[in-house]
Amino acid sequence: MIEPQTIEKLAELARIKVSREEVEGLRAEIEPILDYVNQIQDAVGAGEIEPEAGAVRNVMRADDHPHESGIHSAELLEEAPAREGEYFKVKKILGGSDVA
Amino acid sequence: MSLDITKLTIKSAAEGLRKKDFSACELAESYLERIEERNPERNAYLEIFEDVRAQAEAAQKTIDSGAAPLLAGIPLAMKDNILIKGRRASSASKILEGYTAAYDSTAAKKLKEAGAVFLGRTNMDEFAMGSSTENSAFGVVTNPHDVSRVSGGSSGGSAAVVADSMALASLGSDTGGSIRQPASFCGVVGLKPTYGRVSRYGLMAMASSLDQIGPFAKTVSDAELIFDAIKGADSMDSTTLPQGAFSARPLKEKMRIGIPEGLLDIPGLDGDVRANFEASVAKLKAQGHEIVDVPLPYLKYSLAVYYVIVPAEVSSNLARFDGVKYGLHKDGANLIEDYFLTRGEGFGPEARRRILLGTYVLSSGYYDAYYNKAVAVRRLIEKDFAQAFEAVDAIVTPTTPSPAFKIGEKANDPMAMYLADIFTVPANVGGICGISLPSGEAVRDGKNLPLGFQILAGAGREDILFALGKKFLGEE
Repeated sequence: MIEPQTIEKLAELARIKVSREEVEGLRAEIEPILDYVNQIQDAVGAGEIEPEAGAVRNVMRADDHPHESGIHSAELLEEAPAREGEYFKVKKILGGSDVA
Repeated sequence: MSLDITKLTIKSAAEGLRKKDFSACELAESYLERIEERNPERNAYLEIFEDVRAQAEAAQKTIDSGAAPLLAGIPLAMKDNILIKGRRASSASKILEGYTAAYDSTAAKKLKEAGAVFLGRTNMDEFAMGSSTENSAFGVVTNPHDVSRVSGGSSGGSAAVVADSMALASLGSDTGGSIRQPASFCGVVGLKPTYGRVSRYGLMAMASSLDQIGPFAKTVSDAELIFDAIKGADSMDSTTLPQGAFSARPLKEKMRIGIPEGLLDIPGLDGDVRANFEASVAKLKAQGHEIVDVPLPYLKYSLAVYYVIVPAEVSSNLARFDGVKYGLHKDGANLIEDYFLTRGEGFGPEARRRILLGTYVLSSGYYDAYYNKAVAVRRLIEKDFAQAFEAVDAIVTPTTPSPAFKIGEKANDPMAMYLADIFTVPANVGGICGISLPSGEAVRDGKNLPLGFQILAGAGREDILFALGKKFLGEE
């Protein structure tokens, strides 16, 4: 049983504003999904789970030919909802009293 | 225009272009006319690119010079979650309102190099989450065979444009069946390549350990052409693997084909689908292949594993949409309120459902019970497939448990929608390749609805899918 408070907490962690009415709807939708996926509990016993690494291979590329600094800046900044010169603009994160 | 594009394939169009039966401009013009006529009812394209004629002219020049690459002048459609530099891309989400791609996806780059003409971007479920395109912020794509039914999803637009002759072929993405299921519903060929076979650089990530790009086409030969054009290792996607990483066993003339034990016992399997599947198996047998039952004891957990792993990856991948770097921005009193408002207004119902579910299964109290367990069962499913492909060359199933369903039929029941992918999800969980082939029809309300036959093969064995598929459809 998922409590409405759990949905509210998840929405807060996920940074999504949800309305009162939506909390109830989400609770009613998520519960049967969790019921369904719970069948994986029967698939393996708790002791049988061993964390596994994937096949080992080097996927890192050498950092030898970096592109010239700044050549993509203009087109990337073009997409910014708010900018100031060569920077993305965001609101102040320090000093606000209303954010925990 | 006298050109009948409903009969064209990539192969026949390329030949027509080379023999000067028609020009790339005439071909593009025919598609634009067809789109203008059919798309208002279909809603399969979100945008038709304004430079289609210019692209066709450029392609014609390479054809005239005699040095035309393989796909020169071939009109294709692109799913709205695959980037083409300088063009809009939205994943059918409001949160990417106004976004223009700053770079080419590797798949788009390779198709450009092959000379393809991009007609437009196709409608889809928001961020590729869904099986009907009803989760698109821009409305549902109707089925070309019955306007009251869905075209499937998430790549519903890419399937419908090929089925309705609004493009010769298209690209989609498949995380749990998003190419094969709509291909089945619309009556075209849809290929999900092996994980690691096609670069996802420039594909908007949904569930990164499962996502693959693949083609829709009218024939298996055409799907193979597009696959060959886009495949290959890519330094921009570290999950891609070179050809040498896969099995290089020779292709057999007569193959051994497995049917998973207990496959047809799932509840809700449509009677016509069952009969059509049995007829398709009989056809393979008549073509000289041996049919055997194959045990895959953990296969039945695939969908449950999928709906833990997918939301988990979705919740992390979609964290990047914050209203700061690109797309929608809603202004609040402070930065954190900006996030809440932007994401609250930008994400549709299925995206928020999966983000919350993912946040839940990854939270510290539930991580072991859900995420870790799902990862462990996934390994068992992978082992199941590895063992099965020691005994058989291919595995067959229906693509979907029913023909295309009605618009609205499952829209308010997420779990019922998820079950539409029961046969397609295992290939993604196992990292193997699969193809859906049109295999017949079922009549509903006086309309002929297509059915699909799915063939699965081991990692890197697309050659088996193509060989069986061509013979199955009577190509060559």
